[in-house]
Amino acid sequence: MDYIILIINAMLINNILLAQYLGNCPFLGVSKQMDTALGMGGAVIFVITLASLITWSINQWFLIPLKLEYIRTLVFILVIASLVQFIEIFMKKTMETLYRALGIFLPLITTNCAVLGVALLCVKNEYTFNQMLAFSVASAVGYSFALVIFAGIRERYRIAEIPKSLQDTAIGLITAGFMSLAFLGFKGMVH
Amino acid sequence: MGALREFTKGFSDQLPPFRLVLGLCPTLAVTTSASNGIGMGLATTFVLTFSNILVSLLRNIIPAKVRIACYIVLIATFVVTVELLLKAFFFPLYQRLGIFVALIVVNCIILGRAEAFASKNGILYSTLDGLGIGLGFTLSLTFLASIRELLGYGTIFGIKVMGQGFEPFRFFIKAPGAFVTLGILLYLMNYFRSLKEKGKI
Repeated sequence: MDYIILIINAMLINNILLAQYLGNCPFLGVSKQMDTALGMGGAVIFVITLASLITWSINQWFLIPLKLEYIRTLVFILVIASLVQFIEIFMKKTMETLYRALGIFLPLITTNCAVLGVALLCVKNEYTFNQMLAFSVASAVGYSFALVIFAGIRERYRIAEIPKSLQDTAIGLITAGFMSLAFLGFKGMVH
Repeated sequence: MGALREFTKGFSDQLPPFRLVLGLCPTLAVTTSASNGIGMGLATTFVLTFSNILVSLLRNIIPAKVRIACYIVLIATFVVTVELLLKAFFFPLYQRLGIFVALIVVNCIILGRAEAFASKNGILYSTLDGLGIGLGFTLSLTFLASIRELLGYGTIFGIKVMGQGFEPFRFFIKAPGAFVTLGILLYLMNYFRSLKEKGKI
């Protein structure tokens, strides 16, 4: 039961994109078309899960015993950057089709603060291994969920008449605001 | 003249995050009160200025192929410094900003300036560029945060501004308010710029 609450909480109520404001730059950048949003969503789920798994282990087994917690930020970002590079090379060699689908999104993900954000939240909330796994998968799925919905709305803007000054980022932010308002409604699910 | 121009562009045609639409996450997340906005802005300015200086100094040594990784290490070092300084001297602010202090490292403004400016220019220009863009960012954050604090709590920097009859509009403190306020500000900026281009102002 605790895990169900944790998952619903991470996915819908405290959605990392709409309630915790993580990963907004790619959110506004790649959400103009449905298929790029789907690709980005897939890549994000994959990278966030792996990155949290590795950073959590490093924190638990190296940084804490060696009393090096103060360089956590430095270590985490290095791990994430090299992980993304590694995944890119590995995918290129072994999984051609997956690489063609997700490949171009991978370099973008290094600067996606959602990845580092989730890794840091796992440590900050002092999750156990299972909780960390549930939290990071649920967060990443929530992120992709919001990204895909948002892309769906944005595709419609192409046939709508929007004042010139409001186009692109401005209307995107206002739309995100109303989506975020809708997601606030999920708060009623857990008491 | 050129040096002054590098400094002032951060306030005019490259004002982040309105003209340079980068670094949206901290912009949205920490601007719940004016003092948070100014704190976050100054912390970012610190990291940006010092990373610009170092990137500029090392620009002929760092090999082009691994430059992004090197920049990230430099930036992360200064972020750790800021984290420790905030923890030591401004602990309440550190707690309010939470993970967003550590997340300065992935603020695209900083990596963007290192890549687009500091890696190509001398130390004086890079310092001024970092300071200018950083202070412009601080100004924008404080402005956005003041609006949200004013409407959400009726105060600015914790001082009561609105009269007795004012009913705080909590929407602006919550996440949706952040998105909508920034969206509307961006719209107003674009609108005034288009008027200016047409020569109406």
